[in-house]
Amino acid sequence: MIPELGHFSLFLCLMLALTQIVCGYAGAHTGRSTWMAAVKPAAVGQFVFAVISFACLVYAFLNDDFTVQYVASNSNTALPEMYKVAAVWGGHEGSLLLWILIQSAWSFAVASASRDLPDRFASRVIATLGLVSAGFLLFILFTSNPFARLMPAAFNGRDLNPLLQDFGLAIHPPILYLGYVGFSVAFAFAIAAMLSGDVHAQWARWTRRWTTLAWLFLTIGIALGSWWAYYELGWGGWWFWDAVENASFMPWLVGTALIHSLAVTDKRGLFKSWTLLLSILAFSLSLLGTFLVRSGVLVSVHAFASDPERGRFILIFLGFMVGGALLLYSLTARKFVAQGKMQLVSRETALLVNNVLLVCATFVVLFGTLYPLINDALNMPKVSVGAQWFNTFFVPITLVLMVFLGVGMHTIWRQSNVASLKNRLKWPLLVSAVIAVAFPLLVYQRSGVLIVLGTFTALWVVLSSLTEPWLRYRRGLSLRSMPRTQVGMLVAHVGVALTVLGVTYTSAYSTQRDVALQIDAPVSIGGYEFTLTAFERVNGPNYVADQASISVTRNGKPVTELTPQKRTYLVQTMPMTESAIHPRLQRDIYVALGEPLGEGAYSFRLQIKPLVRFIWLGALVMALGGFLTLTDRRYRAVPESKASREAASAGLAS
Amino acid sequence: MIKRLPLIYVVLWALGSGQVCMAIDSESLQDPVLQTRYTHIIAELRCLVCQNQSIQDSDAQLAKDLRRQVRKLLREGKSDNEILDFMVARYGDFVRYRPPLKSSTLVLWLGPVLIAILGVFMLIGTLRRHLGGADEVE
Amino acid sequence: MIKFAIPLVIAVVLFLFLASGLGRDSREIPSPLIGKPAPEFTLPALAEPQRTVALSDFAGQVFAFNIWGSWCVACRDEHEVLLRIRRDNQIPLIGLNWKDTEAEATRWLRTLGDPYVVTAFDPVGDVAIDWGVYGAPETFLVSADGMILHKHIGPLTDDIWRDEFLARVAQ
Repeated sequence: MIPELGHFSLFLCLMLALTQIVCGYAGAHTGRSTWMAAVKPAAVGQFVFAVISFACLVYAFLNDDFTVQYVASNSNTALPEMYKVAAVWGGHEGSLLLWILIQSAWSFAVASASRDLPDRFASRVIATLGLVSAGFLLFILFTSNPFARLMPAAFNGRDLNPLLQDFGLAIHPPILYLGYVGFSVAFAFAIAAMLSGDVHAQWARWTRRWTTLAWLFLTIGIALGSWWAYYELGWGGWWFWDAVENASFMPWLVGTALIHSLAVTDKRGLFKSWTLLLSILAFSLSLLGTFLVRSGVLVSVHAFASDPERGRFILIFLGFMVGGALLLYSLTARKFVAQGKMQLVSRETALLVNNVLLVCATFVVLFGTLYPLINDALNMPKVSVGAQWFNTFFVPITLVLMVFLGVGMHTIWRQSNVASLKNRLKWPLLVSAVIAVAFPLLVYQRSGVLIVLGTFTALWVVLSSLTEPWLRYRRGLSLRSMPRTQVGMLVAHVGVALTVLGVTYTSAYSTQRDVALQIDAPVSIGGYEFTLTAFERVNGPNYVADQASISVTRNGKPVTELTPQKRTYLVQTMPMTESAIHPRLQRDIYVALGEPLGEGAYSFRLQIKPLVRFIWLGALVMALGGFLTLTDRRYRAVPESKASREAASAGLAS
Repeated sequence: MIKRLPLIYVVLWALGSGQVCMAIDSESLQDPVLQTRYTHIIAELRCLVCQNQSIQDSDAQLAKDLRRQVRKLLREGKSDNEILDFMVARYGDFVRYRPPLKSSTLVLWLGPVLIAILGVFMLIGTLRRHLGGADEVE
Repeated sequence: MIKFAIPLVIAVVLFLFLASGLGRDSREIPSPLIGKPAPEFTLPALAEPQRTVALSDFAGQVFAFNIWGSWCVACRDEHEVLLRIRRDNQIPLIGLNWKDTEAEATRWLRTLGDPYVVTAFDPVGDVAIDWGVYGAPETFLVSADGMILHKHIGPLTDDIWRDEFLARVAQ
């Protein structure tokens, strides 16, 4: 009964989504307030039924209901309770249901927080969100029903893929999807603006709020994925430029550009058509990501079971949404061309440079990701586009971006004074340059161009971010009086710098050795000695594992005991490397267990990875920056007086 | 083992991995210079079974064989380029993670440059349209 | 203004590429050896260590070179096809037993039937690397003057054998 209830709830969701679409667009077009009045309740109802549907699937998992095909393929009675919940989104169908739940949650949030939006505009926004929901609902109902019954029922389930039985990966998808799907709000705002023919400062402010929220989740989601890959896949890599990773990275890059261009549209009324285009692009790339992950057109180390049928459906949906939006754009964008003037040395220019660089970076990633497809379609000899190719182009773009970032933060709207910029930035420039040259040589005794540039740009951005608070402090001004948007911006930029620093040092100074270890025969790498002290078999709830105990010492002093495992999960009989990590801010010690080599020896991969934590720490700091921005009075949903707005914008420009 | 299972791809998650081919290569070359070159070369070569992994990271049987082949060629005194050419002659350019610049890969290597040039044009175009005067807009 | 239609045009082009990628097997890698001389090899024959099998043994005749292993699931799928090829006797099949043990491989041929004129035994896998093999089964077609005419990746079927192998020899 329960699964049927879940399935039926999805039908109701579809009906309500159709109500949103029809009443929303038609009501706004004809101006009938009774029609428009139905839109918000429909969005709320859609959310309620999505929750019911999702709860039904969770219930089926918790009760080991193996009459449901999807449960039987992704769970097992021996699976720990926590992973039974995570298993709900462990496969294609359930993750699609999660997407639908999150999509309706965003619609619900927009519907509840849209009191300060004009009725017509709000109706169009929610109608567009309904359109996106309807697409995914049709997809799940026609091709991927998670509630399909299995007759006869399975005696026990086939278990969740062991790779997914992990805390990091359990929470990665919901957060990532909150980001992906969240960009649909900016998309909907753009469509509504194009339909109504009006983009004003208030529009930019609304959109900014939602975009920042989505961006914040996407940032954390990507960082979680990277962190998970680092400790779970066993070889200590944290980014592979894999098609699926790129699929989440591209919306992030465009979303970042969008947040910045929205600032210009908000404050200065410029770049309107450009901002609209970015709003469309961010969500389009989210949809493209879904297509790449679920259709199997690209080779990836991570992918769902690929199915051309599903791929075809998403492609048609993608074509409809993106094609429709861009067609609307090409017809209406003319109206949004701003005639405003700007000065060369100004925040407008700085943000323009930011946008051009971020969009170029996005297109480089897009080009590299889709190149194998283009190549095949043109029947050219197959080539591999891997990390080496991406780094060749992405690293220089990032470095240039960082250099401009340090200056850009100190520019002000309309016109900046070059002399005062020089005055503010000469110390950060000098200090970061000196440290960048000296520090690697002093600490690591070797250096290189990329190390110097990476250190320099990261420090430059950090010091530049701290300049404003420092000057305020010196003048005896309270730091609390700084507008939250500005604090958030500075914090987020420090986050970027931390990530760059982490990437630079991990890439340059990681030590890695694959060694054969025997009991009590120490091996030393990177100043640490590793001794295998014991080897035993341990039993987990649904796996057995060979576990090595390794004691790590430095100059004879004990540092830590590590216990890497090689697990075999009982149901899927899949071997898994469970690496052991000793994490510290300045470095990780990373040990993975390989195979027995005979005569009591085992192969191990030993790694020392300096500053690797900074990569994810930086992402968290970026997200914190986004969060701080959202706490600014300007972005709270309450209607505000013009005077308070003016005050806030004056504060930011100072 | 290298098994071709047509169309049975492992069901996986957005950031989940298809094959857990974590390789630990405990074999090493005595000469530290050769060892450095070795680790460099195997990171440049793509495993053809566990696709999207280098033969350094892949645990597939073929990757092990290819690593052994690389070690053998290094001991025979072959240069890095000779070893890469050896692999390309057998498996095609696909085996290299850094495709060589030639007519068929021109688009791949020049694409980003073109994107950058378009970006610069866009930047200049936008600045030209908006620069001048301190007019107010609102 | 035309420039606002540029994103639409780019999207349409990308859409076409994406559509073309659906249904294509992105994992198959064409061999660079086609049209080139077949790589030399000298290996012991399976289960007959005294006897050697070398490429030169087949000079002057067209033959098909089939890579297999008893561990390979898909090889089992094509085995019936290989037996029919043997029976029809149009092109001789030479086997390359790859990364296998002698015991397993001989048991395979004893229980399922032996479609090969002779099988070369390559437990180490060096000859397979020379031929650019990356999975089993793979089948090469070698011409009378020792050139590789064609390579098929994956299990053979009767249709593939007729269309991709026999047709090439008939030309």
